[in-house]
This record gives sequence, C-alpha cells and structure tokens, in this order.
Amino acid sequence: MPSILKVDNISCRYENENAVNQTSFDLEEGTLACLLGPSGCGKTTVLRAISGFQKLTGGSITLNGTRISSARLNIPPEKRNISMVFQDYALFPHLTVQKNIEAGLYGKEPSSRKAVVEEILEYVHLSDYSQRYPHELSGGQQQRVALARALAPKPGLLLMDEPFSNLDFELRESLGQEVRDLLKEIGATCILVTHDQQDAFTFGDMVGVMNKGRIEQWGTPYDIYHRPETRFVANFVGDGVFLNGVLVSDGKIQCELSQYGEQDLTGDISDDRIQHDLQEIKPGSGKEVQVLIRPDDIIHDDDSPTTARIIKKAFRGESYLYTLALPSGTRVLTLVPSHHDHDVGESLGIQLDISHLIYFDR
Amino acid sequence: MALVALLPLAAIIWVAFSPTENIWPHLVSTSLPGYLLNTFVLMTGVGVSVFLTGVTTAWLISAYSFPGDKIFEWMLLLPLAVPAYVIAYLYTDLLEFAGPVQGALRGIFGWELARDYWFPNVRSMGGAIMLMGLVLYPYVYLMARSSFLEQSPHLFDACRLMGRSRFNTFLFVSLPIARPGIAIGTALALMETLNDFGTVDYFAVHALTAGLFDVWLNMNNLGGAAQIALVMLTFVLILLALEHAGRSRIRFYQNTGRFVRRENIPLHGVYKWIAFTLCFLPVLAGFLIPFAILVSYGVRYFDQSWTAEFREYAFNSLTVSSIAAVSCAAISILIVYSRRIITPSWLTSFSKISSLGYAVPGSVLAVGIVISLTTLENRVDGLARLHFGFSTGLILTGTLFALVLTYIIRFLAISTGSIESSFSKVPGSIDMAARTLGHPPFRTLRLFHIPLVKSGIFTAMLIVFVDCMKELPATLLLRPFNFETLATHVYLFASDEMIEYSALSALMIVLAGLIPVVVLSKTISYSQLLKQKAD
Repeated sequence: MPSILKVDNISCRYENENAVNQTSFDLEEGTLACLLGPSGCGKTTVLRAISGFQKLTGGSITLNGTRISSARLNIPPEKRNISMVFQDYALFPHLTVQKNIEAGLYGKEPSSRKAVVEEILEYVHLSDYSQRYPHELSGGQQQRVALARALAPKPGLLLMDEPFSNLDFELRESLGQEVRDLLKEIGATCILVTHDQQDAFTFGDMVGVMNKGRIEQWGTPYDIYHRPETRFVANFVGDGVFLNGVLVSDGKIQCELSQYGEQDLTGDISDDRIQHDLQEIKPGSGKEVQVLIRPDDIIHDDDSPTTARIIKKAFRGESYLYTLALPSGTRVLTLVPSHHDHDVGESLGIQLDISHLIYFDR
Repeated sequence: MALVALLPLAAIIWVAFSPTENIWPHLVSTSLPGYLLNTFVLMTGVGVSVFLTGVTTAWLISAYSFPGDKIFEWMLLLPLAVPAYVIAYLYTDLLEFAGPVQGALRGIFGWELARDYWFPNVRSMGGAIMLMGLVLYPYVYLMARSSFLEQSPHLFDACRLMGRSRFNTFLFVSLPIARPGIAIGTALALMETLNDFGTVDYFAVHALTAGLFDVWLNMNNLGGAAQIALVMLTFVLILLALEHAGRSRIRFYQNTGRFVRRENIPLHGVYKWIAFTLCFLPVLAGFLIPFAILVSYGVRYFDQSWTAEFREYAFNSLTVSSIAAVSCAAISILIVYSRRIITPSWLTSFSKISSLGYAVPGSVLAVGIVISLTTLENRVDGLARLHFGFSTGLILTGTLFALVLTYIIRFLAISTGSIESSFSKVPGSIDMAARTLGHPPFRTLRLFHIPLVKSGIFTAMLIVFVDCMKELPATLLLRPFNFETLATHVYLFASDEMIEYSALSALMIVLAGLIPVVVLSKTISYSQLLKQKAD
C-alpha cells in the first residue's frame, strides 16, 4: 500500500512553548489511525497542523505526494481536500441537513449536489432527515450528519477530533463501531484524535500514543497495550503497577512476585533490548529494573501458596478490581470474576500469569 | 482605524503642550481649580446616586417577588432613553418659581413671594446630581442585575447554612461577587457624566466640559480647550482603569455553569409596598414624568413645532446617525473578523486602543478632530493652491465629514462590542468546518457568519444610531454652518427657555431611545428563556 500522508518531523510552537515537537508518522491509504494521549499532549495541534489551521515551525507534511505544510509553506485549509469532523460537530445551525452537506459541494452542479447528498445520507441512515435543522436531531444523528458532511466532498483524508466524546457511553461504543465499518466500506483514510483508549482501540488500525508533543509509540492496539515501549505508554494505557526487580544474566527478572510464584519471569531472549541489556550486565550482578504488572497478569487461585491481603475493591460488573498488598507491603492489582466476592482484609490466593514481560530501567 | 482613533488624542496632547497663546498659567490660577472641583463633586455625587439606585433596584428585582416586579424589570431601563439635558430642561420648567409645582404650593399655602418659603433650586449642583443620577442609574442596574442573576443560588444557600441572615448574606456574598459588574456600570455612568454638556451648561455648574466650551467658543482659544481636554482625559483614564479592573475580574467571579434559577422570594405586607415604591420612584421621576410632559407639550404646541425646520432637523439627524451606524457596523465586522482569522497579539492590542473612543467625552474628541483635520486641510489646501490654483477650503471641518468621523470614533467601541459578543457565540469549529469544506475566509464570513450574527449586527447599528441621535456636545461643536439636528434644536430652544417649542424634537429623541431599550430588555428575557431551555 502506498503511503498517502507523510508527517515528517513536524514541530509547532504556541507562545514559545513546543506544542508539537519533531513528530513523524506515515499513513497508508485506507488506514484508520488514532492519536491517543492526555489533554495538552499536542494531539489536537497535530490535527490542526494537518488541516492547515496551525503553522509549522519545522518539518513538513505531504499529502498524496504534494507538500502542503512546512515552516515556509502553508496551503490554506480550503485548498487541501481534507475534511474534518469536530467535537461539537460544528453543524451550521441556520442550515438544514441537506444544505449543511451541500456546503462542502460549493461550485458543483445543483443536480449532482443533490445526488451526492442523497447517496451519503443513505450511507448514514438519515435519508428521511434531509430537511431537518441540526437542533431537531439527537446527538447521535448530529454526529452522523457531521460525518456525512465531511465525507460528501470525497476528501483525500478525513480528520476527526474527539468525535464521540459528546455521546453517552452506550451510543459511543455502537456508533464507534458503525463509523469504523462505514469508513472501511468506502475505503477512507482517517485520523481520529481521542483521549479515550477504548475509542482508540475500537476504532484504530494503528494507534499513536502522544505525550508532551511527541509520539511515544506508533503501533497496533494490541502492541500498544501488551508491548508498551515507554513507561508513559505503559502507564497511560490500561491499569497496572511497576514492581522493582533485578534483571540477571540468564534473562530472568527477580522480583518480589517471582520469589513466591511458580512461573519464572523470563523475558524473550530474542528481543534486541534484552540482549543489549544482558551484554551490559557483569557476571554475578544484575541490572535494576521495574516490571509492569497488569491486573490480568495476576490470576486468582484459591490453591496457590502465595497469598496477598485485599486492601481495596472496586466492583466493575463482570469483575472485581482488587488492590492487593504483598507481604512486603507492595501493592498490585488483579482482575477477578465478580462471583469471587471477597471482603477487604481477607487474604486472596494468587498466581502470576504473564505472557508479555515488560520492564523499564529503574 | 486604531490610528485614526488615536490621532485626535495625540493632537490634543501635542497642542496642549505647545499652544500659540499660552493660557495654561492663567487657567491654573483662575478657573481650572473650580472646574476640577465641580467636576469632582458632580462625579462623586452621580456615582453615589447611581450606585444606590442601581444596586437596590437590581437586588429587589432579582431576589424578590412583589407587585409589578415583572413590569419593573424592563421599566427600570426606560430612563436610559432620556438624555440628561432633556430631563434637566423639563424639571427646571416644572420646579422653577413660575412652574406648576411651586405655583400649586403657593396656591395651597397662600405664599406669595419667593422669600415666604424655602424651595430647593433645581438649577444647582445638587439638582444636576439628582437628575443625572435619575437617567444614568440604569447602567448600574443592568450590570448589577445580570451579575446577580448569574450567581449560583448554591453560593447563597451555603452562606445561609452558615447562619447568616438574608441581608447579611447579600452584603457578604452577593454584593462582593457582583462588584466587578457594578464597577463597570458605574464607570459607564460616570463617563456619561463627564461627557455631559447640556445639563451643566444649563444649570451653570462650571464643570470641565462647560469650561472647554467657554474657552473654545467664547475666548476662541483652541489651545486652551485642548489643555482642558487633556485634564478631562486624566479623568477618563481613571474611569477606564475602574472599568478594566471590573472586566478583568468578571471572568473569575461569574459562574458560567448551568444551574436552575430559584423562584424569587415573595414579599409580604408593608415590605412588598416598600419594594414597589423603591422601584416605582426611579421610573416615575426618570421616565414617566418627563415623558408625560414632553407628550403634553408636543400635543399642545404641535402646530408651532411641526414646521419645515423641524422636518429638516429630523431628516438631518436620521441621515447623519444612519451613516454613522452603518459605517460603525461595517468597520466593526472587519475588525472582529480579522481578529478572528489572524490572531497576532499586536493586532489585538491595537484594535483595543481603537475602542477607547467611547470613554473620551464628545467635546474632547471634537477638539482633537478639529486640530488634526485642520492641519490636514491646510496641507491639502496649500497643495491645491500650489498645483491647481484654487482653494479647497474647509473640505473636512466645514462639512459633515468631521461630525460623522467623530461619531464613528466615539461609538465604534459599542458596535464592536456588540458584534464581537455575537461573533463569540459562533464556535471556532464553524470557521474550521467551513474552511475544510472549501470556503475561503471571506466567503465563510458571507455564507456562515453574517447569517448567524445578523441580529447582533442589527443591535449594534441600532444602539449607535440612537447614541448619535442623542449626542449633543460634539454635534454642537462640529456641525457645519446652518446645520441643525434634533439634539441641537432642543439645546438651542431650551437655552432660550422655549423648551415647549422643541418638545417634539426631544420627544423624537426619547422615542428613538426607547427602541434599543425595548430590544435590550427583550434580549435579556430571551437569554433567560434560553437558559431555562438549557436546564
């Protein structure tokens, strides 16, 4: 697949502060990508830079082989053939659904405009609503009109800024899935910005986790969750705690849990990073590290010789999230099916079941 | 535009410091201390008066329910439609020795001569303070009321739960939170006080404006006028500082969160009539009485007043005000929209400077405009004589250009404010949506912004229009020869104690002034309606 969008080492500055700092990524045609990060991490600035509302101070952006942004060049947004769906939808309140969608088809024949509107409304299941005004629609319907309006001009790239954050929880999930299916069907290339990892995981083929103006990791949702490359990514995505441990020469990590559990904490020896780290370790000593323990890495087992005291519990419907204290006082999390209802203060038998060993330098 | 607004002020400073005939020492040793003291007393008096009236009525309306409260809510705004000079002429007429009130008193008590009894003289400092307070308090009322309405009732409840009484809670919580709004309202009222010429002139209160007119028109000394103008500008700076302090704090004090407004507390027994009286008096004295007198004069002297001159003056007023209103709106749209699409900080501060005009008294602005335009005129005239052999004469100061320019500079801030606030309700994402859908900036403005903010533009034009109709000091100073407006007509006749014959003009001004008051009160209740809907 050819790469349609090339974001090359871009930087943006707001009032002497780097909002985006030397960030790069490529997007292949038909990819649905997500930029995920906490508020203020620069993800929306990246979107504004791609759409042309934010000037670059360094780097360049290329769309379909044409350079559209650099420190010296800024093609105006209206000439980029990029569409956008906004957090508040930004539907024109004084225009009907029909006119809203036609706004993106300025200069085209009235008859062809009408045909496009009809077709796109069919896609989003709103054919009966073309003469309504935005305020007469529900939140989910407004969302779909915004999407239809963005798709009508057949943009080369679709940008979405927190498009689901104004919807309630259930609608969010179903609509997220629906939008994904629709975009896949028409083969659109899209970047979605969100602070919600669930949105990112439901929607994205690829996810970029951003922090302090940089993309810390660019990968599939699976990799982002199970193979976080930086401590920030490990922390931001999913629950988990870091346990102090020591990496020793055979690739094993010794930590409080490994002494009690049956399973060895062994890294994937073939991994470059471990090999590199192991070479640095002098015989007889070790390297001090921190191991990421996710709640699903610890499973509940009544027969296990290892027990930990329950400090806190949070009901999540299908499961409990227990906070446990190991004998040394170190705390870990575990996710247990909710019919295992234990009281705070009780001891819980646990076992380690780690399929991806993630560690960071201490 | 900012440059054009700054030029007159710069000109004042320049001329004030380099006068051809230096009367500054003379001014300082003779009349200036008196002018200063009078202006100071006048402004203090009006400040206290508008504060008390405005805050009391605003609090009663926003916290309690009593007979007529819904009607008073908008009626309390009506005095805003009456220019201070009109009310001054009318009350003098009503309360002077030969007037109906003293006449009736004499009839009842059998007095005959002025020394038989004591009656306050309207044409005095006290009278000026009273009357100006009567028509200017709505500024404070408007600002205070919206502050009170925007306060979360939870704040009030929290304080009551701590064991404070209702009144104590008002003093401890509601009033301090409304302070920025009240400061803005008071500052606006005081700017009007400083601007006033008609009242102080008629009442022979020697305030700075009266001094400026005296030095310029009677002594024919523009340099001296500029010097007095400079002194007035320091007052302006103080007021601007007050207003700015209010505005910068209002963001922190006012609650933008959504909350359900409580029902107002019903008042019973004697209290409800006290509340009724407190709200009725300002409306009665500030609007109903003067309006009734104007109507009766208008009807009684209709034949003498409905003349060709009157129609000409009315036409003049309408034309000049309309030109100024449309120009202001157009310039404001350009300023606001360009600030929206390009946002370098120097542009923002630059356009802020251009909005200072409203604080500068009309007479001061007139001095500055005349100084700068005369300089320009002489240059043009000189060039024309040199190259084309004829004189262009007073092409700027001798025509309506100077007057319209003054109106625009003075009222630009009002229209910019109104248009900006309606623009700010259009989220930035609308601009971005239009741009990504392929519309360049000016088509975006035409297709999406203008339809969305047209009511704001209309309001802006309306307010500027009415302010121009009312404007007296700058109009008096800058009108071309033989050109009268309704306002100057009222002034000239009233000075000759013939207010009856210009009552129709005054009535026109007041009626025009009523339009924005009605629109204003409509939008207030409209915004409340929207709020209720959102809840």
